[in-house]
Amino acid sequence: MLAKTKIAVALAALAFAGFTGGAAAKDKVKVGFIGPITGGVSANGLGGRNSADLAVKLRNADPKAKYEYELVVLDDECKPNVAVQVATKMAADKEIIGAATHYCSSTAIATVDVYHKFGLPVIVWGAVLPDITYRNKYAEVHRVNGTMINQNDANAELIYKAGFRNAAVIHDTTDYGKGHNEYFTKAFTKLGGKILGTFGVTADQQDFTAELTKIKALNPEVVYFGGLTPIGVRIRSQMDKLGIKAVFDGTSGIVSDAFIQGLGPLAEGSLAFREGAPTEKLPGGKFFMEKYNAQKYDNPPEAYGAFAFAAMDMILNSIEKVGPDRKKVIADLANVKDRDSIVGKITFDDHGQNTVAVITKYVVQDGKFVEWDESEYASGKRKLPGQK
Amino acid sequence: MDAGQLAQYVMNGLMLGMMYALVAVGFTLFFGVLDIIKFSHGDVLTVGAFAALATFVALKGIGVASNPIFLIAMLVVALVSMAALGMLIARYLVMPLRSAPALNTLLITLMLGTVLREGVRLFYPQGANPKPFPALLPSDSIAIGNFNLRLDNVLMLAAGVLAIVGLQFLLNRTKLGLAIRAVAQDEETARTMGVNFTAIVLITFAIGSALAGYAGVMNGLYYNEINFGMGLYLGIIGFAAAIIGGLGSIYGAILGGFLFAALQTIGTVALPFASAYKDVFAFAVGILFMAWRPTGLIQEKISERV
Repeated sequence: MLAKTKIAVALAALAFAGFTGGAAAKDKVKVGFIGPITGGVSANGLGGRNSADLAVKLRNADPKAKYEYELVVLDDECKPNVAVQVATKMAADKEIIGAATHYCSSTAIATVDVYHKFGLPVIVWGAVLPDITYRNKYAEVHRVNGTMINQNDANAELIYKAGFRNAAVIHDTTDYGKGHNEYFTKAFTKLGGKILGTFGVTADQQDFTAELTKIKALNPEVVYFGGLTPIGVRIRSQMDKLGIKAVFDGTSGIVSDAFIQGLGPLAEGSLAFREGAPTEKLPGGKFFMEKYNAQKYDNPPEAYGAFAFAAMDMILNSIEKVGPDRKKVIADLANVKDRDSIVGKITFDDHGQNTVAVITKYVVQDGKFVEWDESEYASGKRKLPGQK
Repeated sequence: MDAGQLAQYVMNGLMLGMMYALVAVGFTLFFGVLDIIKFSHGDVLTVGAFAALATFVALKGIGVASNPIFLIAMLVVALVSMAALGMLIARYLVMPLRSAPALNTLLITLMLGTVLREGVRLFYPQGANPKPFPALLPSDSIAIGNFNLRLDNVLMLAAGVLAIVGLQFLLNRTKLGLAIRAVAQDEETARTMGVNFTAIVLITFAIGSALAGYAGVMNGLYYNEINFGMGLYLGIIGFAAAIIGGLGSIYGAILGGFLFAALQTIGTVALPFASAYKDVFAFAVGILFMAWRPTGLIQEKISERV
């Protein structure tokens, strides 16, 4: 599988070399891609692989490019143990100058130490766990897509701007829910909002009436929920039973049809946020889709394809600028500010995290997750519960 | 905390306790007649709730629009089908294992529970997602300060009390009840007195499982949401409640159910630390109770069986 992909990519590169005529004079440079090519989330991995491949092909077709690039693709299967092996294999290959890596948070966090040890500059193209960039301060690790932190910043900003000043937090006690609680609380209090109470619940809890009765007495304007759809449905429906009129403010965990099906009309006015955006909404989305479709790949790019393209393109830009040298590429990536890409301007902070990450805001309107800016809530035609 | 809020907590606790009690009573009934633990009991509750929901969807499909008809039909389907399921379980899984160690029965029903649970998940359309359950009871409510008294909650509590009183009447005032108690006390003597042992066991399983179906419908009406995993948690709590109350005693199971709900509510409300620990608190106190009273708060009257 891997060997085949490699051969295919190499052949494609050769074909391009032949097609660009005098390209024989160009030096060959290898770049890498890692993602889940097989297994349950392989649709996302293949979309990312194709997108990175597209970035390389477009570059090789560009007569102004100084080097001829070859893409090395490895499969992390979305499994941390496999990811560490393939990351080591890639990082140990000194001919590979940089790589776009990982869709799964579990694999991305497992491999950061490997990249750091071997000094391979990587740009994460899909994983959202904040720790990937923030747990350590590795110069090698960067990320183009947003994190839970960006999501909660956008969330806090939206409800603060809508006029809400206090909130009660319910979160599940997994890393996911705890992370959301932490970052939302930070973002909301920084803006001047107040957290009236925080309630940790287990991920399979059925009855929330005790927590919600306590919340009712606190009388918050917003009930923030950091967790997944099943208990989100229960909490929202039990809020109604107890006569709590607050805004239900969710996270990426409730963006699913199951949330709306489970609640029916009660879902109306619920908020949710998600990292990334539909590809066609991105600044360079149209350009990307045209080029992508022209290549006739077997799979669509999926939600994070554009980010994989942007990550790979960025690595190629750096190599063009400073030459095929890992250390110089790392130094170049340390100073990324307002760089144009198809996903918008990219600015890396001191942890290599893109700070102008795209977040999509949603509100449930008439049984659908509608983008906030296009909703009747944003235009003022409808009001969130308790909004002035 | 004002009086309204306190009243709300009490109401929440009573509703929760009623559901736990109905599940716990089933455990205690099964243990009474056969001395076995039937671990699939919680999942029978789930199947009952889903059977009721399917009935609702089917009736709606043929154009019925009357809440009382929905409710009666759903209850009849859930109770009758769960009674039948209970009898099937007793006849083909539990009774054949009579001479095997009790552990085998526990295991086989544990496995059956998984089969039922996963069956609902896989075979009910989109069964992995939470399902909205229709609100069929009048949802009028009176707000007294912080207390939101809902008519449907009151009706459900009354229905729960009615079920328990009815069961008491059946066990203590009827010939059938006498036979069940006779089997529970001493199987062999009961047989020599002309009690049809197999029939009594099957009827007891039917009653217990129908109660689970009843609790399932009540659960759906209360939360307006059901899911394939709801029975697992309720089963564990119902089992724990039955043990703490005293396995084999109906009153013990009811007491245990309400005690557990009270502990969970107190765990959330009164303790200074986060509500995430309410189950830790409730089960820890449960452990203390078991250490203090190993045979349960209300002991089975006949204890020489050991």
